[in-house]
Amino acid sequence: MLTKYDNEMKLEFLSKSCNEAFARIAVAAFASQLDPTIEEIADIKTAVSEAVTNCIIHGYENTQGIIKVHGMIKNNDIIIEISDSGVGIEDINMAKEPLYTSKPNLERSGMGFTIMQSFMDELNIESVVNLGTKVTMKKSIKQNLKDTNDQNNICITA
Amino acid sequence: MESNYLKEDKTLVLKITEELDHHMVEKIRRKADYEIERHIPRKVIFDFNQVSFMDSAGIGLILGRYKNITMLGGKLELKNVNEQVTKILKMSGVTKLIEINKEACA
Repeated sequence: MLTKYDNEMKLEFLSKSCNEAFARIAVAAFASQLDPTIEEIADIKTAVSEAVTNCIIHGYENTQGIIKVHGMIKNNDIIIEISDSGVGIEDINMAKEPLYTSKPNLERSGMGFTIMQSFMDELNIESVVNLGTKVTMKKSIKQNLKDTNDQNNICITA
Repeated sequence: MESNYLKEDKTLVLKITEELDHHMVEKIRRKADYEIERHIPRKVIFDFNQVSFMDSAGIGLILGRYKNITMLGGKLELKNVNEQVTKILKMSGVTKLIEINKEACA
């Protein structure tokens, strides 16, 4: 397979809430090859959990559908695409507002997109009503201090 | 989730043993509300010692219980909260409403 990425993976699963843990753990395992810190892994897991939960509650409104997760790694970046073929979002800007929820009766906090935005470096939402929603998130994994020092040393001696 | 009611202190301790996501909160919510309505405690403590993961579903759970408990004249406290959970609590403003027991974090 020809790819512009260093590594790639794809997952497809049913929109069942028990798959929320499966998805975030699978993506965390995929991300672990970049040697992230515990905090970076926790950030990724939380963002994936929010996106997958959105597909189940909002995209498919608790009916059965397929959720797709596409993970890509390029240099120190992990890019995660999470998509559904559900109802779509009419007003993306409103959905992104902190504390806004279209389902207040479900005790939802309205913090999903806010958490994805602040836990990842980039967040992009594409949605077409009645066709579905695709969330793309990117996070740069900082290389730890020891590695940078080693590289500096090599530069100096070279 | 394990619950323990301390009669003399009128305190209900709810020890959460699950990861707090949308899948798990429904079950926890039902049990927590049952225990709260049964005892009408003066204080409810959510013990997060065994919670390794929480997302925004946990925020909804905490704020919902906060509302119910306050309405019944009680107080809600969180203890043993790890860094990942603290980050989400701070971001969503929960820390301004609800006391996090720092002493128990050590």
